[in-house]
Formats: sequence, C-alpha cells, structure tokens
Amino acid sequence: MKFLSEYRDSRIAREILAEINEVSVKPAKLMEVCGTHTVSIFRHGIREILPANISLISGPGCPVCVTPNKHIDEALEICRIPNVILATFGDMMKVPGSKSSLYAEKAAGADVRVVYSTMDAIELAKENPGKEVVFFGIGFETTSPTIAAAVLRAEREGIENFSVVGAQKTIPEAIRALLADNEIGINGFILPGHVSAIIGVETYKFIAGDFRIPAVVIGFEPVDILQGILMLVRQVEEGQARVEIQYTRGVPVEGNPQAIKVLYSVFEQGDAIWRGIGKIPGTGLVLKKQYQKYDAVKKFGVQTTENKEHPGCKCGDVLRGVKTPPECGLYAKVCLPEHPVGPCMVSVEGTCAAFYRYGKGVS
Amino acid sequence: MCLAVPARIVSIADGNAMVDMAGVVRSVNLDLVSGAKVDDYVLVHAGFAIQIVDEEEALKTLELFKELMEHEVSQ
Ligand code: SF4
Repeated sequence: MKFLSEYRDSRIAREILAEINEVSVKPAKLMEVCGTHTVSIFRHGIREILPANISLISGPGCPVCVTPNKHIDEALEICRIPNVILATFGDMMKVPGSKSSLYAEKAAGADVRVVYSTMDAIELAKENPGKEVVFFGIGFETTSPTIAAAVLRAEREGIENFSVVGAQKTIPEAIRALLADNEIGINGFILPGHVSAIIGVETYKFIAGDFRIPAVVIGFEPVDILQGILMLVRQVEEGQARVEIQYTRGVPVEGNPQAIKVLYSVFEQGDAIWRGIGKIPGTGLVLKKQYQKYDAVKKFGVQTTENKEHPGCKCGDVLRGVKTPPECGLYAKVCLPEHPVGPCMVSVEGTCAAFYRYGKGVS
Repeated sequence: MCLAVPARIVSIADGNAMVDMAGVVRSVNLDLVSGAKVDDYVLVHAGFAIQIVDEEEALKTLELFKELMEHEVSQ
C-alpha cells in the first residue's frame, strides 16, 4: 500500500541500520513518548537490532496508562446511572478503576458501548433520544480534536443528550516535566508523529533550547523509526541539539491549523493529573465556559472519593522510564494481560503489556 | 491510541469522504482538515482525516533511501 510498504522495506532498513552502526559511538538513551511508537518498536524488534550503546526507553506515551483512577472512577459512576449509554474507545474497557472496570460493569448490566469514532457516539445520541449518551474521552492531541468536533456537531445540531467525560492530555509540557527531574539522563527524544501532525514542532523547541537535548519527530514504520534514530544519533555524536522532522510526509512545521482551531474553540488548557507523575500544569484540556453543558461530570453531579491504586503497581515509575516492567514485583506473576493490576498492562500500548507480549523478562 | 493510517480519498460529499484504505472503502470525517481533494492521501485516525499526506515530501524521503541503496551497491 502506498506510503506504507516502502517504509517497511527490509533492504532499506538494513542500509539505515548499517549507517547507524557506523555513526554511533557515544552512549545514547533515547525515549519515545508515544505508545504507538512503543508498539512498533517492539513489533519490529528494533531494540534488539540496535548497537549496544543505544538504548530505547518508553515514556508516558500511552494515554490509557497515564489516565488516573479519578477519571476511570467517574466513568464507572456515570455508567451505573439508569438511562445512560456510556460510549468509549475499546482500550478503556478493561482498565481497572478503584473497584471495578467498564468491562465488569457491562457484564453486570450497564449499557457500555465501544465506538470507533466520536461521531459514532453522536449517532448513538441521535438514535436514542430518550437516553443520555456519555462519551468517555481520553487521548492526546491526535484524538482530542475529534472530541472537539463531536461537541461542535452536538452544538450545531442541538443534540442535548450528549456529553463527555474528558480526560485528554497534551504532550509538550509533560516532556518538560520529565526533563525537569531527568533521573535517567535522556540523550534524545523520539517525538510522536501524529500528535505532531496536529500541533507541529514549534512547541518542542524548548527541548533543544532549554535542555540541549536533540529531538526528532518520527513516523511509525520500521524504516521511519530507524531513519529517525539515525538523525538522533548524528546529533548526539556532533554534540548538537535541534528539533528535526523525519516524518515530513505527515508533519508540516505548523501542524494542522484547522484541527488546532477546532480543538481550541471547544477546549482550553487546564491542569492535569498524570498517573505516576502527578499534576502537570497546562497539560489538561477543559471545556470552555460556553461548552460546559457537555461536561458529563457536572451534568450528573458525579463525585468520586477513593481513587485507590494498587500499592504494588510500579506503573508510575515505568511511565517515567525510571523502572522497567520486570523490576515490578507483580510483573508476569500477579499482573498479566488477562488479569491486569495496572493500566500499563491493560493497554496494548502499555510498556508492561509490550514487554510481556514480546517475552521480555518472562521466565 | 495515536495510530493513523494513510488512505486515498475516492469521493467527497457533505463534509465526509469515502476513502480507500488498503482496498477497504470507508467513510471519514473531514472537519479537521481544510482543502482535501479527491485522490489526496489523508492520515485517518478514529474516523477522522487528521492530516493530508504531503506527496512531495514522501517522494523526497524515498529518493533519500534510494540514494542510500545505490551508494551501497556502488561500493
Ligand atoms: S507489571 Fe502490572 S503492576 Fe507492575 S507496573 Fe506494570 S501494570 Fe503495574
């Protein structure tokens, strides 16, 4: 398929790998901050084929994993309200909240539906005028504009039985927070391709400017990832720090102004709690005043109190790249994809799930 | 979660496009892109086109790969 098969050509991949081997001497710890990269890197065995001085670390790039229990508990509370249809993306179904999961609630009779698109949730609302359709929306800048577009459509068409539990987050300032206590000595960033397709690259300038760390926006096919790593190690070897784009076919410097316009006509920047990292100012998205009637938590007056997370789960450290999953005492023993203890094992993009699926640290 | 795949626009009507995604034709919403035309490739994420693929840039990247391979052959 055009724009895919060329970037999966193993001959090209081998050429680039040979180049990396030639160029790279210095130790380079490179962090990917996108769960889709994590999955692609594991699937194509990229960690294994790189020279020993280059290590790849997964960061907080799985939106499911960084969602704190508070929002999951809110969705759980709401789905128990009679007459509510809770719609969400498939990834959220098995994530454990303080006491339950959407999957368990559905089994117990709640009307929870998996949708592919926010527009499917809008259609559900139109088809069920006597019910309240609540979309549980998580995601980064790639997904959030699709939630904003749904709110705008509800507004345009006067759909009043639609609302959202918003738990969306934005990436750049989270990278700053990670770097502010850079416990692990990151030497380069593999920046997310599709978040950047929306936001462009301007907002990442501080990584190179303030922290002197190279960063490259990279695509998701194996050839993309290897070429991006080559661009990163070249900078590392030359002692340079720039923000570059490898994924030029999908990421213009300015991103997608139309999507940004839609996003920020509905939402404004607020604070957000990241699991394992804590509160990061300016990384949340909250509905603007004129759209607060679409806020499901306010609409249904939901209050959650407990927000219990499993004390043994090291997801927080895994998300910051400080620990690898096998360093968690529960990994592959108590915590398994069929019985996940923490969200890093639930989501296919979670680092624990990726480690497990590809047999890392499993005896 | 941030997965998006390239698909070619086959037709456009009422703010939606029919796209060809590896032989499967499906509808995607165009609210988030401006100026998408028939035959453009768009990146599709969760039922929305989120960016128009820049074919010129894609060709440039592919040229770069080709050069790399030829360089190897000539050595
Ligand atoms: S293995 Fe399970 S319990 Fe341990 S950090 Fe990962 S998700 Fe949490």
